[in-house]
Amino acid sequence: MKGTHLGEFQELVLLSIGVLYPEAYGVGIKEEIYAKTGRKVTLSTVHAALNRLEKKGLIKSELGEATKIRGGKRKRYLTITSYGIKMLSESRAQREQFWNAIPEIVFDVN
Amino acid sequence: MHQGKYHTPPILAQRFLRWFCKPALVEDIAGDLEEDFNDFVTDYGLGRARYKYWLAVIRFLKPFAIKKIHITTTQTIMFKNYFKTSIRSIARNRLFSAINIIGLAISMSVCLLMISFISELFSYDKFHENPDRIHRVISYEQFLQNEPQGVAATSILTGKRLQAEVPGIEASVILNRRFAGDASFQNKTVSLKGLWASKSFFEVLSGFTLLQGNAETALLSPNSVVLTEEAATRIFGTANAMGQTIEIRSIPFTVTGIAKQPPFNSHISFEALGSMVTYENMLKQRSKSGNWLKWTNVGNDYVYLLLDEGTEPGSIQASLDKMSEEENLKIDRFKIYPELQALTSIMPGPALSNNIGKSMDSSILSTLFILTTIVILCAAFNYTNLSVARAFKRSKEIGVRKVVGANKGQIFWQFILEAIIISLTALCIAILLFYLIRPEFLNIDPMVQQATKMIATPALFAYFLVFSVFVGLMAGFFPAVHLSKLKSTNALKNAPGSGLLSRMNMRKVLVVIQFSLSLIFIISATISFKQYKYAVAFDLGYNTENILSVRLQGVDPTKVATAFEAIPAVNQVARSFDLNGLGNGDRTRVTLENSADSAYLYYNFVDENFIPLMEHKLLAGANFESRPGSREESIIINERTLRKFNIESPSAAIDQYIQLIRGPRLRIIGVVEDFVYTDISRNIHHFGFRYSNSRHNYINLKLNPSDLVRTMERVESAWNAVADGKEFQAEFYDQKLQSTYSQYATIYTIVGFLAFITISIAVLGLLGMAIYTAETRLKEISVRKILGASEASLVKLLARGFIWMLAIAALIAVPLSYYLFDSVVLSESVNRISIGITELFSGVLFIFLIGFVTIASQTWKTAKSNPAQTLRSE
Repeated sequence: MKGTHLGEFQELVLLSIGVLYPEAYGVGIKEEIYAKTGRKVTLSTVHAALNRLEKKGLIKSELGEATKIRGGKRKRYLTITSYGIKMLSESRAQREQFWNAIPEIVFDVN
Repeated sequence: MHQGKYHTPPILAQRFLRWFCKPALVEDIAGDLEEDFNDFVTDYGLGRARYKYWLAVIRFLKPFAIKKIHITTTQTIMFKNYFKTSIRSIARNRLFSAINIIGLAISMSVCLLMISFISELFSYDKFHENPDRIHRVISYEQFLQNEPQGVAATSILTGKRLQAEVPGIEASVILNRRFAGDASFQNKTVSLKGLWASKSFFEVLSGFTLLQGNAETALLSPNSVVLTEEAATRIFGTANAMGQTIEIRSIPFTVTGIAKQPPFNSHISFEALGSMVTYENMLKQRSKSGNWLKWTNVGNDYVYLLLDEGTEPGSIQASLDKMSEEENLKIDRFKIYPELQALTSIMPGPALSNNIGKSMDSSILSTLFILTTIVILCAAFNYTNLSVARAFKRSKEIGVRKVVGANKGQIFWQFILEAIIISLTALCIAILLFYLIRPEFLNIDPMVQQATKMIATPALFAYFLVFSVFVGLMAGFFPAVHLSKLKSTNALKNAPGSGLLSRMNMRKVLVVIQFSLSLIFIISATISFKQYKYAVAFDLGYNTENILSVRLQGVDPTKVATAFEAIPAVNQVARSFDLNGLGNGDRTRVTLENSADSAYLYYNFVDENFIPLMEHKLLAGANFESRPGSREESIIINERTLRKFNIESPSAAIDQYIQLIRGPRLRIIGVVEDFVYTDISRNIHHFGFRYSNSRHNYINLKLNPSDLVRTMERVESAWNAVADGKEFQAEFYDQKLQSTYSQYATIYTIVGFLAFITISIAVLGLLGMAIYTAETRLKEISVRKILGASEASLVKLLARGFIWMLAIAALIAVPLSYYLFDSVVLSESVNRISIGITELFSGVLFIFLIGFVTIASQTWKTAKSNPAQTLRSE
C-alpha cells in the first residue's frame, strides 16, 4: 500500500470534498474542516493537500463561475474520482477492522 | 457570510503571488486568498487583514506552487552574446582590465584568507550529535563594584547543584583541567595533557567516542583513565593498553578505554581523561572542611550540559540566577554570576579567561572581518570608477543595442556579467596568491596557528566562488544601472546627458574614500610599530640582558643549580616561581598589621640570588638570606605598596608585618624600587618578593656574553645530565619579553600588510583615472599647447583635481586615525608613545608622493605629445 497511502490530513480534505459535493473548493474545504474538527488550517496547507490528491488521481477539478468577492476570479470545483472513493472506503474498512478487533473489556475500563 | 463592502487585498502581495506562482494554479489560489481576505476584514479590520494576507501569500512559497524555471533558447543565445561581447570588451581594453583584475585579485586573496579562517572557526564543535542542545556554564566574577570578569569555568558546586536540583537536563558532565603530568608504565615516562571528567562525558559530548571500552562506565570508578589512541601508542606501543595500570603523578590508574583522537575543530582537546571521582577523593583528603565545594572556587572546573529536547535554555538560566542569588548572600565582597553559554557560541565567542582549550575572541574576528571588507570595497570602487569613466566610450554600443530592441534589464545583465567575468578571472589569481600568503598568516600569531589549519576543502572553494560572484555583482551594479539607463538617442549622438557629470562627483567621492582608508591603514601601521618598539625597549626597572630562563618542569632545582654553577660562563644562578614582566602574575589579599587597609599583592617566590641577578634596586633593608628548609617569614615589597599603606619612607617599613589572607604573617625586610611586574600596558601593582626554597618553576642564569653559542650548548648538556629525559626548555629573557609584546607586532604586521594592499589598489585606480583623463583631454591639451601653454602649466592643470582629492582624503584620515589610537586602541595602556606629527604625517607624505608620481607620469606624457600628430587624426 506504500505510495498510495492516504495521510490523515489528506483524508480529512477528501472527506470534506465529499461533504461539500458538488461545490467543494479551497475556502469551503478550509471552513468545513474548521467547523467539523475545530482545526484552524491555512489555505496553503489545503492547497498543498489538494495538489497531492489530484496528482494521486483521487480528485479531479474544473473551473467554475467567477464571483465579485473573489475579485472576478474563477473557483476551482473539486470532486472525488471513483479511485478516490475506493481509497476512502478502503481506509474506512481498515479502521473498522481495528475497531472490531478491540476486545470489549477495553471499553469497560473506565 | 460575505456581506458588506468589497475590499481589494494589497496589490504588491498579489503581484508577488503572480510572480512566483504556477500560472495553472494562480487564478484559483488568488481567488481563494481574496475571498479569505474579505472574511478577515470583517473579523479583524482592514489593517490586520492586509498583514494576514501577506502572511498567507508567503505561506504559498511551497514547491507545489512555485513556477518551474524554464531556460528558453533565446536566453541562452543572449547569454552567449553577452559573454562574447564581454570577453571582447575586456580584451580590447587590456590596460583597464588588467588594473581591475590585479586590484581585485590582491584584495580577494585577503578575503579568501578571511573566508577560510571564519568558515573554519564556525565549524568548531559541530561534530557533536546535538550541538544546539549542549551548553556550558560560564561565570562572571565581580569583586565589590568592579567590572565583572568573564571566566570560562564555574564551580564544582554549580555543577552538582544543577545535577541534583534543576529539571530539564538530560545529562551533565563536570570537567577539571588540572589532569596533566607524567605517566609512567614500567620504565617508560611520557608526559600527558588531559582533563578530569565525570562519568557522563561521552554522553554529553557525544562527538568524542571510544574505540575500546564502555563509554557509560569508563569514567565511573575511581582511578580509571581513558587514553587517546595516540597517547596509548606512545605509552604501550603496539601492545594492548586496555586494563593495564599506569602511574600518573604517582597515582595508579587503570586504563578503561581508548578514545578516538579529538578532532582538530574541537575547543576541548585531551590526551587522557581521568575519572572525576579520583580527583574529588583527592580534594576531600586534602581539605576536610569541604573547601573544594565552595561557590567561589571558580577557575579550573567546567560544566557542560545536554539539555532535554524542548528545554529552553532560558529556564536553566533562571534556575542559575536563583542559585547565584542564594549563594551570593553567603559570601562577602565577591559575587559570582553563572551564565549559560551555547556550545556553538564558544568558538568564536566572548573573551573569557581560564579557557579549557583553544579560544578565539569574536571581537578579533569582527575586526578582521571589517578590515577585509574595507579592502575588498576599495577594489570594487576601482572597478566602478573605471567602468563609469569608460561608459562614454561604450555609449555607442549601448545605443545600437537599444535601437535593435534590447531592454533595460538586458543591458543591465550584460554589464553585470562582464563584471562577474572580471571577478572570476581575478579569483583564479587570488587563489594562487591565497596559497602564497597562507603560511605567513598562520605564522602571524600563535593563537591563529592553534585554532586553524586552513585546509582547502571543496566546500571552501564553493564559498570562494559564491564570494567572487558576489563581488562581481557588487562592483558591477552601479555601472550596470548607470549604463542601462542611457537613452538610445543620447547614446548614439555621443552626448551622454547631464547624468554623467553628476557621476563625476560620485567618482571623486569614491577616490577620496579609497585614499582616506589607505591613509588610515598606513598611519595605524606606523603607530603600532612605534608602540611595539617602545614597549620592547621600555625600562622595566631591572636587567634583562643575557639572562637565560630555564623551565624546571619539576626537576629537582638544587641538582640543576649545582650542575649549572659548574659551567664557567654562568656568572650567577637564581631560582624563581615566575618571571617578571611577561603579562601574568599570581596575587593574594594582604593587610598591614595594625591597619585596616587591605590590598591585592602580586608576588613571586624567589631565592636569595634572584634580586642581585635581576639587578633590582634595594631602597632600604637587605636581601633574603639563604635559609634552606625553614618556614617562610620575610618579604621584600615595592614602593607602590608602601604608598598604599601610607608608610612615609622605605626605611620606616622595615620590620613591620604583613598578614596574608589565609597565609603566613611576614616581616618586611626590604623595599625595592618599583618595576614592571605584569606588563607595561598596566599600572605598577603592589608587589612583594617572597622567599621559598621549593616553589620554583624557573632557574635563571646570568651568562657571560662572550661566547653565547658554546655556553648554550654547555647549559643544555648540563641539563640533559640531570633532568632524566626532560626536554630542555630555555629562552632568553629579552626574547621572551619581545614575544609578550608581540600583540603590537601582530597588529603592525596585519595593518601594515593591509596598508600595502589598499595603497596598491588605490594607486592602481588612480593610475587608471589619470590615463583616462589624459586620453580624453588629449585634444584639449594639444590646442592649449599650440596656443602657447607651457608643459609645466599643463601638468598642473591635469593634476590639480587629483591633488585636491588627496588633500581631502588626508584631511579626513589624519584626525580619524589620531582619534582611533588616542581614544580607542591605546587608551587603556599606561605606558604608551605620544602620537606626534611624525607618526601622523610620514604616511601622508608617502601616499602623496606615490600619488603624485602616478599622476605626473601620465600627464607629463600627454603634455609632451606632439600636438600636430594628435590633432591630425580625426
